[in-house]
Amino acid sequence: MFQIVKSEKLADKIYLMDVKAPRVAHSCQPGEFVIVKMDEKGERIPLTICDYDREAGTVTIVIQTVGASTEKMVRLKAGDFFEDVVGPLGNPSDFVREDVEELKKKKYLFVAGGVGTAPVYPQVKWFHEHGLDADVIVGAKTKDLVILEKEMEAVAGNLYVTTDDGSYGRKGMVTEVIKDLVENQGKHYDVCVAIGPMIMMKFVCLLTKELNIPTIVSMNPIMVDGTGMCGACRLTVGGKVKFACVDGPEFDGHEVNFDEAMKRQQMYKTEEGRAMLKLMEGDTHHGGCGNCGGDE
Amino acid sequence: MEGMKRVPVREQDPKVRATNFEEVCLGYNEEEAVAEAKRCLQCKNARCMKGCPVSIDIPGFIKQVAERNFEEAAKVIARSSALPAICGRVCPQETQCEGVCVRGVKGEPVSIGKLERFVADWSREHGVVPEKPEKTNGKKVAVIGSGPSGLTCAGDLAKMGYEVTIFEALHEPGGVLTYGIPEFRLPKETVVRSEIENVKKLGVTIETDVVVGKSVTIDELMDEEGFQAVFIGSGAGLPKFMGIPGENANGVFSANEYLTRSNLMKAFRDDYDTPIAAGKKVAVVGGGNVAMDAARTALRLGADVHIVYRRSEAELPARAEEVHHAKEEGIVFNLLTNPVEILTDENGWVKGMVVRKMELGEPDASGRRRPVEIPGSDYTIDVDTVIMALGTSPNPLISSTTKGLETNRWKCIVADEQNGKTTKEGVYAGGDAVTGAATVILAMEAGKAGARGIDEYLSRK
Repeated sequence: MFQIVKSEKLADKIYLMDVKAPRVAHSCQPGEFVIVKMDEKGERIPLTICDYDREAGTVTIVIQTVGASTEKMVRLKAGDFFEDVVGPLGNPSDFVREDVEELKKKKYLFVAGGVGTAPVYPQVKWFHEHGLDADVIVGAKTKDLVILEKEMEAVAGNLYVTTDDGSYGRKGMVTEVIKDLVENQGKHYDVCVAIGPMIMMKFVCLLTKELNIPTIVSMNPIMVDGTGMCGACRLTVGGKVKFACVDGPEFDGHEVNFDEAMKRQQMYKTEEGRAMLKLMEGDTHHGGCGNCGGDE
Repeated sequence: MEGMKRVPVREQDPKVRATNFEEVCLGYNEEEAVAEAKRCLQCKNARCMKGCPVSIDIPGFIKQVAERNFEEAAKVIARSSALPAICGRVCPQETQCEGVCVRGVKGEPVSIGKLERFVADWSREHGVVPEKPEKTNGKKVAVIGSGPSGLTCAGDLAKMGYEVTIFEALHEPGGVLTYGIPEFRLPKETVVRSEIENVKKLGVTIETDVVVGKSVTIDELMDEEGFQAVFIGSGAGLPKFMGIPGENANGVFSANEYLTRSNLMKAFRDDYDTPIAAGKKVAVVGGGNVAMDAARTALRLGADVHIVYRRSEAELPARAEEVHHAKEEGIVFNLLTNPVEILTDENGWVKGMVVRKMELGEPDASGRRRPVEIPGSDYTIDVDTVIMALGTSPNPLISSTTKGLETNRWKCIVADEQNGKTTKEGVYAGGDAVTGAATVILAMEAGKAGARGIDEYLSRK
């Protein structure tokens, strides 16, 4: 059992939790993730590690509710327990293994979209702790969905916040900010790290390919075990089949087949939708409404 | 002639069992077991024992059954095996103990597997518990993986007095016994959990949710956590795919994924949250036990199921009993058939599979006749789900994070067959992580060898 020591709502449908998981906290690195299972009957949900405290033995996770399982998960409060937290899983970001002196010669641009801000944060923090400045773009649909801004500000070189509706920071997509920085403000970037919704990563990659900036993306496909056993998380990178859990989750964004990955993401949408309705409607859900197909 | 035929074992009716996940084979009752035990000739030079990878005293326990001393029978088995209820169900007895039984020369061999199962089930039902060693020797051993090799190694070491901790990556112990083999062949609650409880009663600790190589390394276990030896029984690894077009379509699964969703995550039950896209028309590609398990699971989830296998029936690697059960339940075998492409609709879902007919040519390296394609024989089968059951390749998590641990050219861990010794001092290994995918009983044999190796090593230290 893994105790939740802090639980906080960051924005609509986005929650942050600190969880006591000493083995994970002891060994995790930026880029890695955990799998959390709420109770005996719960799903195994892959979640990115947003921060960690090795001394306290805690990891910080950020959960966006997308279905029945995550909806139940965020109802837990400080003092409650998750039945299972396993990790760290996946590989650390490449820069973790690079020589810091070499890294100093490179300029990194981090692009975070929505809840993707959570996995970007520990990477930028790692840069900051190693005396490196990285530029960061944080994009969100609207003001209320911008998360971890203060935390990011404390560790980023330049921070650019943008919202789709212009309710906060700049107005427009993250791609417009990248374009502006490179084309109008004379910025040069050696590496771009983009983490966010699949569609955002796809368009960032299309742009950075044009701009000739090597780009790393972090893939978060459907998973079951997260240790290489099931192959549910497979995707095509550079024409080869890769498993996000053991080969990734970070890949060369210019090589990832996003269209296929987005289709695979839809696989359990209907099943998950049904489970969700069941949860929301409780005993009154009998599938007779003709909307969800019920329990057939 | 009397005694030529074995006492038949009761099974669920195929039509009924095709719609449920209850166990297919119902096992012997006391009277049936005693009658079957009396068929044993009590050979002095028992060939069955030599046919058993863990050398159970087979005539010894059968004699106790014949005399109705069921508890004594359990003790005889416990000297060699910690998992009799499991082995009695999933061992390929027909090629091991029963395959060499003298009774089998002119008639049917003694039903050793069903008798072993009876004894194990009887002792569970009658609350017989294994005896815990009086005191430990204070030496700590870590076992990685709680599948058949890890459980066996841990059980043996605990009996010798070692303090054993098993580290399991998943949330439930049991390895393939839990995530791989389905409920209808190996009930989880009554059989698997209870045998694992018995191993714990020997003093073994199990820590779940620890991925060795990630959560903690072998070097950290030895240098920082005080483990003096380590046994790696981490199992098979990454599922293989064919590399044909359309294989990443929605509705294509590895057998590992399909079985894990159903067995470990219990997706077949409404009260569990994990979904499974069960499929209405399912093709399972492959001919091994895993293919049979996946096919029979899909059938129970309501699908029409075809097995697609590129060789002929004689080459099917699955146990004869599994093939027989699958056919009885209505699974169709498309033999000498090989997939060439999976067809998808505009949303990326499977809508059919193009297959090619094969014929058998000259024998290949495995000694089996090589399947050869028949040009121009392609046709499409109507399926919405494809399950690939093609075996696995080793998981690099441990070998890539452990200094001094050598792997062979197939990326399997190099270990001595006699004692499990690897190229790293104090580290032993066995089971699928060493051999590639094999059987439960062979993994148990390797677990026993590893326990012997570790005991020799730590006794010298």
